[in-house]
Amino acid sequence: MNIGSLINALPGACAQGLIWGIMAIGVYITYKILDLADLTVDGTMCTGGAVCVMMMLSGHSLPVSLICAFLVGMLAGLVTGVLHTAMGIPAILAGILTQLGLYSINLRIMLGKANQAINVNNYPLIVSLRNIRGVPIYKNAIFVVLIFVVVIIAILYWFFGTELGCAIRATGSNPNMSRAQGINTDLNKILGLMLSNGLVALASALLAQYQGFVDVNMGRGAIVIGLAAVIIGQVLFGKFARNFAFKLAAVALGAIIYYLVLQFVLWLGLNANDLKLLSATVVAIFLAIPYLKKKYFTKVKKGGSGNA
Amino acid sequence: MLKLIGIKKTFNPGTVNEKRALVGVDLTLNEGDFVTVIGGNGAGKSTTLNAIAGVWPVDEGEIIIDGVNVTRLPEYKRAKYLGRVFQDPMTGTAASMQIEENLALASRRGLPRTLKSGINAAERERYKDKLKILDLGLEDRLTTKVGLLSGGQRQALTLLMATLKKPKLLLLDEHTAALDPKTAAKVLEATDKIIARDNLTAIMITHNMKDAIAHGNRLIMMHEGRIIYDVSGEEKSRLHVSDLLQKFEQVSGDEFANDRMMLA
Repeated sequence: MNIGSLINALPGACAQGLIWGIMAIGVYITYKILDLADLTVDGTMCTGGAVCVMMMLSGHSLPVSLICAFLVGMLAGLVTGVLHTAMGIPAILAGILTQLGLYSINLRIMLGKANQAINVNNYPLIVSLRNIRGVPIYKNAIFVVLIFVVVIIAILYWFFGTELGCAIRATGSNPNMSRAQGINTDLNKILGLMLSNGLVALASALLAQYQGFVDVNMGRGAIVIGLAAVIIGQVLFGKFARNFAFKLAAVALGAIIYYLVLQFVLWLGLNANDLKLLSATVVAIFLAIPYLKKKYFTKVKKGGSGNA
Repeated sequence: MLKLIGIKKTFNPGTVNEKRALVGVDLTLNEGDFVTVIGGNGAGKSTTLNAIAGVWPVDEGEIIIDGVNVTRLPEYKRAKYLGRVFQDPMTGTAASMQIEENLALASRRGLPRTLKSGINAAERERYKDKLKILDLGLEDRLTTKVGLLSGGQRQALTLLMATLKKPKLLLLDEHTAALDPKTAAKVLEATDKIIARDNLTAIMITHNMKDAIAHGNRLIMMHEGRIIYDVSGEEKSRLHVSDLLQKFEQVSGDEFANDRMMLA
């Protein structure tokens, strides 16, 4: 085990973590703000990349490709939202249905192939794992993704302070109260799901460029990574992050830490095939902790002195 | 202001759990009426309020609020006309949002939610003044998360939210039942004050017969899904708890007699 190889791998882990941070912010919108577990993201985490890569391969510009990836992600969120609200399908199941359907759609987008490569030398990719060291700062992958994260957090901070954003937050917090205050909870759930999946698709488009290819399986287990980032961010920074923007930043930081830890356990010699099992275990433990704490570690106060 | 015509509602029809909750409710409220509603468990009091609010569609009948037939409108669209306070203090407010954010949501009831700022400085000042009426010290805690408030404080806040934008009709569903007596009295006092100040039309369900007599200008009693007693004005103000108890016994006594006849 050579400490040099670990250190060499860290910048890459940071860049990848930041990209997944955008994805995790999408998960935060559904899981924390809307109080929905949306599994659509496992599909959209490939769809965005597929749309972006295929459009660039066929000669479209980078901005147009990125925007289209975002829009197609929103479309996937719309499908899940309609299945959930208008058709009365439980949110988890609605997400699974869309995700499954997206697998075929992703293959269609990628012209029937399980993966499609895009070369940074021939196309103007905005991020690439080749641009980590020895490039000017404006080309550096970490810097570029960081700009994306900052801009996205700024926009979301503004949006969730607007009347519409407040209505979405109220819908997640208390749907009964929201309807009593004239808020169309179904519409707001759909909007939240669309925004979330749009962001996930954007993250997917960045990830595909970063790694230089899009793979039909690249979204598998994305929801677990997203949740891990949300939970790590909350556990480590929850005490300091009271402001909404800081909360989102904590999610992005959580994703970076997730990837750094991943890099570390790989360096320790963990088989890469066992990674998903490890991720699932870690997330299960963190999800269980609040429940177990309440059940077994709530201190029961001794009886009052007045009744003695 | 409100007209209910032949409202019927059956839950779980055709199953063993079938419950005929409302069997034909007719009620007309004039502007400024403050009606108290009493009745035993399962009499249909809350069901009537939920029917007006549109929590689910009714099976039969018409609901008209201020001349508008709302029978087929979804709950969130009817909210434009209604202010609601619920029995459970947790129901009426968004716990994870601040006091001022909750008020801002309520002040936009019936308006489209746009990309304008969710709350502005002028509003904050207005909310401070409004919160002072409650006399709970909430005016200094505008940015406190509502989840940190007590049940009584949340209920008082819900009352304020329900009346922030003057509703055509205020629906109070046993809104003091879950509170301790002292807080309940305070919330009830605030209710009276606000209804009188804004000359609101209101329906208040209560289990407390004294309250039902002491408040409002009209009293109705429900039993088994219909209104069985409706008294207002002078006659209502002369009512005593014993009169209401007698009325209750009379209804349930009849029922008992019916049961006996069936057995015979």
